Amino acid sequence: MNITEKILARASGKTQVSPGDVVFVNVDKVMVHDVSGPGVLAVFEKLRKKGMVIDKVWDPERVWVAEDHFVPAADKISAQNIVLLTNFTKQFGIKRHFKYGMGQYGICHTLSHEEAMVLPGEVYVGGDSHTNTTGALGAFAAGLGHTDVAYVLLNGKIWFKVPETLFFKINGKLPDHVMAKDLILKIIGDIGTDGAAYKTMQFGGPGISEMSVESRLTLTNMTTEAGAKSGIVEPDLKLREYLAARGVTKYDEVHGDADAQYEKIYEYECSEMEPIVAKPFSPENTAVARDLSSVELDKAYIGSCTGAKLEDLQAVAKILKGRTVKIRTEILPAAMSIFRKAMDTGLLKIFMDAGVVVGPPTCGACCGAHMGVLAKDEICISTTNRNFPGRMGHVESQTYLASPLVAAASAVTGKITDPRDLK
Amino acid sequence: MKGSVIKYERDNIDTDVILPGPYLKIHDYAELATHAMEGLDKDFHKRVKPGDFIVAGRNFGCGSSREHAPIALSYSGIKAVLALSFARIFYRNAVDGAFLLPIEIDEGAYKDISDTDLLEVDISTNEIKNLTKNKIYKMKPFPELIGKIIEAGGLFNYKP
Repeated sequence: MNITEKILARASGKTQVSPGDVVFVNVDKVMVHDVSGPGVLAVFEKLRKKGMVIDKVWDPERVWVAEDHFVPAADKISAQNIVLLTNFTKQFGIKRHFKYGMGQYGICHTLSHEEAMVLPGEVYVGGDSHTNTTGALGAFAAGLGHTDVAYVLLNGKIWFKVPETLFFKINGKLPDHVMAKDLILKIIGDIGTDGAAYKTMQFGGPGISEMSVESRLTLTNMTTEAGAKSGIVEPDLKLREYLAARGVTKYDEVHGDADAQYEKIYEYECSEMEPIVAKPFSPENTAVARDLSSVELDKAYIGSCTGAKLEDLQAVAKILKGRTVKIRTEILPAAMSIFRKAMDTGLLKIFMDAGVVVGPPTCGACCGAHMGVLAKDEICISTTNRNFPGRMGHVESQTYLASPLVAAASAVTGKITDPRDLK
Repeated sequence: MKGSVIKYERDNIDTDVILPGPYLKIHDYAELATHAMEGLDKDFHKRVKPGDFIVAGRNFGCGSSREHAPIALSYSGIKAVLALSFARIFYRNAVDGAFLLPIEIDEGAYKDISDTDLLEVDISTNEIKNLTKNKIYKMKPFPELIGKIIEAGGLFNYKP
């Protein structure tokens, strides 16, 4: 069995599972945020009206809560949703609630790794499609809707069809001007937005061993954009060091067997890669950044679970140091812990000297919710993960998805720019 | 189930157009319905009638995990979406929450069915009758577990 099959077998109490088997698995961790949390509470209300008594969750220690989509509260309804969420965690004794304005908080997927909320070998589900991100920690991580998360909160288990696994063997080392974001955009461009539908995308090979945990998280984050159920990387020394730096050393790693089966194996050579951009209106609509150098921009957005980790901000700072931006540019670190490190290491000064607005962690404009959405016909380059019509604002606005390096270089010139072409 | 067709001849109809991001904060199902398909078809809520079917291409419901998407369609009156394929979270939200039926059809049926056609869907025989064109298509049968959850009326009513 491969790593995903072994995790699902263990969690369902079986010695063997195969792709296509439907299993009920025991869940180790579950997450809701300020959109899916109130959604789950609406499901609870519906069940109560049918006579179900709901006064506890299966295990409050395994539940954690983030405030990310509509913080700072965008309006009265979102403010009310935060109150609902707070009452929920109080009532059900859920201690791990990362509250806006009270120390560490941020985008749920970022917290999952920054705070080591999920450990290797675990089954993790979240009320958000980008839950796949956390698979880079060697866990099975998949997104679910409100009804399914409500079911997990009450029963501690959920059904999954054991997925086929697509294995992406990554060779070589990414050149300095290329990031994991370019690699995953290239892969999505090749296989399409349903190229991995219902499947797991596993990343391995020497290129992954070379890659930091944060870079791997960018890959697994965007497996969602290829329709994947989950993305995963097997645990290694780099992951152990990453977790140890967060005070976690005890967990039960799972590794694939030597004869593990994969539905298909793809190979990518990193050293030959160049910066890639996804044009509107799909992450699969990819092109080489240099071929788009005539595209004029209104805005650059550096944020989200995909593109505002510490390493992403360091890449942006490398470009912006000593330069100023030509278009309006926003940088929103994905969690307060990253914001603090950016402050402590002087990145914030570089950003502000460049004329950029630095804002609080939020999903905000990434999903067109609030905090800097796009006007009609405006064109944005963004380190986020989706560019469907209306995703970041007006339905006739346009978003180009890019790496933090390309987004920063483009902010400087006002046009889509390969970082190598920056003077 | 009998109803008329609202056809969108396109692939990858994503949750951002089915129910745009700014409305994610809303959890009143009737209110969500007034914004259904707003990113793709502003007239949808004026046009849709109880019992209607949506017919669409590949990868329907891709994108976010928002259950708002099948909720908005369901509370607009949509009983089933007939598509070439579905994104996984939309599919399980539709089934587990008992909001609507995600029915997979083949290319032949997809091409043949026109906007406003009257269909009769029977999941016990896996048949779709096109009453307007007097034709019969086969739908892809539901996998065993999915069929049982649908029969039970959603995941919470299903006893494993």
